[in-house]
Amino acid sequence: MQAQTSLSVQWHDVCSVDDLVTNSGVCALIAGIQVAIFSVQLDGETNVYAISNWDPIGEANVLYRGIVGTLTDKIVVASPLYKEHYDLDTGKCLEREDASVSTYPVRVDKDRVFVEL
Amino acid sequence: MNFSSRQQRIVIIGNGMVGHHFVEQLVNSEYNCHITVLSGESRLAYDRVYLSSYFSGKTAEDLALTDEKTYQDWGVKAVTNAWVSNIDRENQVVTTKAGGTYEYDTLILATGSYPFVPPIPGNDQEHCLVYRTIEDLEAISASASQSKVGVVVGGGLLGLEAANALKQAGLDTHVVEFAPQLMAVQLDPMGGELLKDKIEALGVQVHTQKATECIEAGESCRYRMKFADGTHLETDLVLFSAGIRPSDQLAKEFGLVTGERGGIVIDNQCRTSDHNIYAIGECALWDKKIYGLVAPGYAMARTAVANIIGTEGEFTGFDMSTKLKLMGVEVGSIGDAHARTPGALSYTYHNQPEGVYKKLVVDANKALVLGAVLIGDTSDYDTLLQYALNSIALPESPEALILPSAGEKPLLGADALGDTATICSCHNVSKGDIVGAIDSGCCSVGDVKSCTKAATGCGGCAALLKNIVDSELEKRGVEVSKAICEHFDYSRQELYHLIQVGQIHTFEELLEKHGKGLGCDICKPAAGSIFASVWNDYILAKQHQPLQDTNDTYLGNMQKDGTYSIVPRVAGGEITPDKLILLGDVAKRYNLYTKITGGQRIDLFGARVEQLPAIWEELVAGGFETGHAYAKALRTVKSCVGSTWCRYGVQDSVTMAIDLENRYKGLRAPHKIKFAVSGCTRECAEAQGKDIGVIATEKGWNLYVCGNGGMKPRHADLFATDLDDATLVKYIDRVLMFYAKTADRLQRTSVWMENLEGGLEYLKSVVIEDSLGICAELEAQMQHITDTYQCEWKTTIESPEALKRFRQFVNSNETDSNIQFVAERDQIRPATKAEKFSAGKAIPVELV
Repeated sequence: MQAQTSLSVQWHDVCSVDDLVTNSGVCALIAGIQVAIFSVQLDGETNVYAISNWDPIGEANVLYRGIVGTLTDKIVVASPLYKEHYDLDTGKCLEREDASVSTYPVRVDKDRVFVEL
Repeated sequence: MNFSSRQQRIVIIGNGMVGHHFVEQLVNSEYNCHITVLSGESRLAYDRVYLSSYFSGKTAEDLALTDEKTYQDWGVKAVTNAWVSNIDRENQVVTTKAGGTYEYDTLILATGSYPFVPPIPGNDQEHCLVYRTIEDLEAISASASQSKVGVVVGGGLLGLEAANALKQAGLDTHVVEFAPQLMAVQLDPMGGELLKDKIEALGVQVHTQKATECIEAGESCRYRMKFADGTHLETDLVLFSAGIRPSDQLAKEFGLVTGERGGIVIDNQCRTSDHNIYAIGECALWDKKIYGLVAPGYAMARTAVANIIGTEGEFTGFDMSTKLKLMGVEVGSIGDAHARTPGALSYTYHNQPEGVYKKLVVDANKALVLGAVLIGDTSDYDTLLQYALNSIALPESPEALILPSAGEKPLLGADALGDTATICSCHNVSKGDIVGAIDSGCCSVGDVKSCTKAATGCGGCAALLKNIVDSELEKRGVEVSKAICEHFDYSRQELYHLIQVGQIHTFEELLEKHGKGLGCDICKPAAGSIFASVWNDYILAKQHQPLQDTNDTYLGNMQKDGTYSIVPRVAGGEITPDKLILLGDVAKRYNLYTKITGGQRIDLFGARVEQLPAIWEELVAGGFETGHAYAKALRTVKSCVGSTWCRYGVQDSVTMAIDLENRYKGLRAPHKIKFAVSGCTRECAEAQGKDIGVIATEKGWNLYVCGNGGMKPRHADLFATDLDDATLVKYIDRVLMFYAKTADRLQRTSVWMENLEGGLEYLKSVVIEDSLGICAELEAQMQHITDTYQCEWKTTIESPEALKRFRQFVNSNETDSNIQFVAERDQIRPATKAEKFSAGKAIPVELV
């Protein structure tokens, strides 16, 4: 259960890059919000994504435990509950138009991971 | 005239394969008629094509195609030992020697043929025999028992079959052929030569260009055959198989038109010169040709039936192409094998070291296949035959059709075939029939097979059938790709092979060498499972961890609220009071919901991800191991209490169950695997509903395989009986490893076996007879799995790196506030959505 109450967005220093797991996810609690953070290595390039950890279909905080992969040209995570895919760039559910999750800006500065919300 | 007032009377003379086929077709047509069969032999129809199997143990009963009871059930009157002495064509009455009279409206002559015995002096001696009937076989068998050497006169198809029979009867076997080569009708000289080499390598001496002058008393053997070239050969037995002659005596005697060199002349409707009489099979002469094979005889039978029942049908010749195995040597011949068509061109491929010869004959324009000869490898036969029969335009370089390793062979596209193209000649199924079956709802090769009977005869068209079905399904938008997902163009079985042979240990390497993209939730767990089956590394090793489904990643079963359930191993369902107390104690302190599972274990629900390591630390310290309830792996070996306690038990099922569970624990597979062991035939462990079921007998164990419960229950099949402990384990090793190696992703053993071509029998041949020669490898692979077993939870709690994954938050020690429980029947359960919102009504349970 979560409620977004923050009035102004800001960058949060969340964790060390070492806390991330390549091609997998971890979860951070940022201002009361559960955020799933994925580190994806593709073609030698590493990208970090942050989305809400809340699975709107399974209704549980589990998205960081899903398998990361690609579907056609999209980088996605599969919900570990019912296997719907969420586009890590847009938060859109590929199987259901009416479902999506929030996405958050994320950046890596030196050895730290920052998320904006 | 009022025909409907009485049934048509149809009399068939002869009950060989063709005569029987006629009866069968007529009965199936449900035409209103009365059928009488007059058989000159003492028994009803039997399979002459497989006569030589009599010498490898088949009996006359095995060869029988029908019996009196069947004919009775069909309403067919069958008379054996019935020699026809008169045909009164005017009054339409047949009389037998025994004095029986049979009136007919339509008469069928299916009198077959008799073996041609060359007019050689001495050919009528006691041990000079022919090869046609079961009585002949009995005579050969009796003679062989008093003989050491046997000679077959005739090097054609039948002669070589007969030679096989003599060889199987244990004789030193020779083949004597008048022509310069073997199978001169079907093969070109080069093909005949190679066939000779191969047959000689199998221990049968071949003598070509030998004209036998006489058979006289021998010195070292019973007889001596003297040849025109002055040479001779000593033998105890002579078997003539130098061709057939049509049995047309009745036709000649009663005034039907016959050919100059014999044979009852028939038209395209298979009618003789008498409108009421048909002739079919080897006694019939169509377009001056006698057909000495069963398939054209069947076609004639179908034609005659069609005309009798009024649906019309024509016999317009028959393709005599043939593919067979002679003493294990593959031989194929199509159409104009000798390239006699004016302007015909040939391509040949000869691989002497491997004993393969292929010739492709095409027309002057290199547009059509006219014929082919294949020795040693007939894998191209079906494709070439389709090209020839259906006049399909050849590709640019026709030689590619017979050349090996010239890159991808131009596969005969299903679309190149017209609807009338015959796909299965055994059951006369056209492409149109197959398309029709798909239109009416068939959506797999299996469906089409059972619907049309295609590919259920010799099976030679199986590949082509699959090709057509796949193509038709694809046109209808049904996905038939074997590719596991968009990242790999391979099936799971192919990936397994690539990983094992290529010594691939990481997903990155697999992706780089054989795939594309990043992978996904289909291929990653599949690859992770294969790595585990092949190498058995720690499943949460850094390189494997991202591949696993959440259950494997957290070594627990995720529930709907994101918590996990914990199932420690309780091998064989046997547990000490101390361990029970420990489970209770842990459950109580962590406030977990407990339930007994179907696999005789205890499941602890409601553990949050960050609690798992601490819980397992206690369980491991108390002697528990992980139960793999979360994995596609061996789950449990259920058992009854067995002979130790039970009054009825005949074996110690508990010990066996514990031993089996400990041997196979940790084995990862395409899907979960469940076992059970019952101590007696009362089967209290329900072993027949398991992937591997073991049931005690007085003498040992009966092994059942490939059963399951669940959505589509399937009874396991009895695989082997009265096994000792060691053999039981050996067979299970092999079955499981073969399954792990060849099944599709998420395919249970039951579906796997049903999809194996040849099913249970095939699995038996692989596992019991080692028909693929892989049993040693399968056992070694299983031994590796057993030897490298580790309790994943023990390894995990000892690894600080692995433990980092068991945090809800990387930056906080808070817990997931959405996980809430309420009390029910003195235990916890997840709160419903409504309960979470109106916390006042529900009784929240305090989190530990």
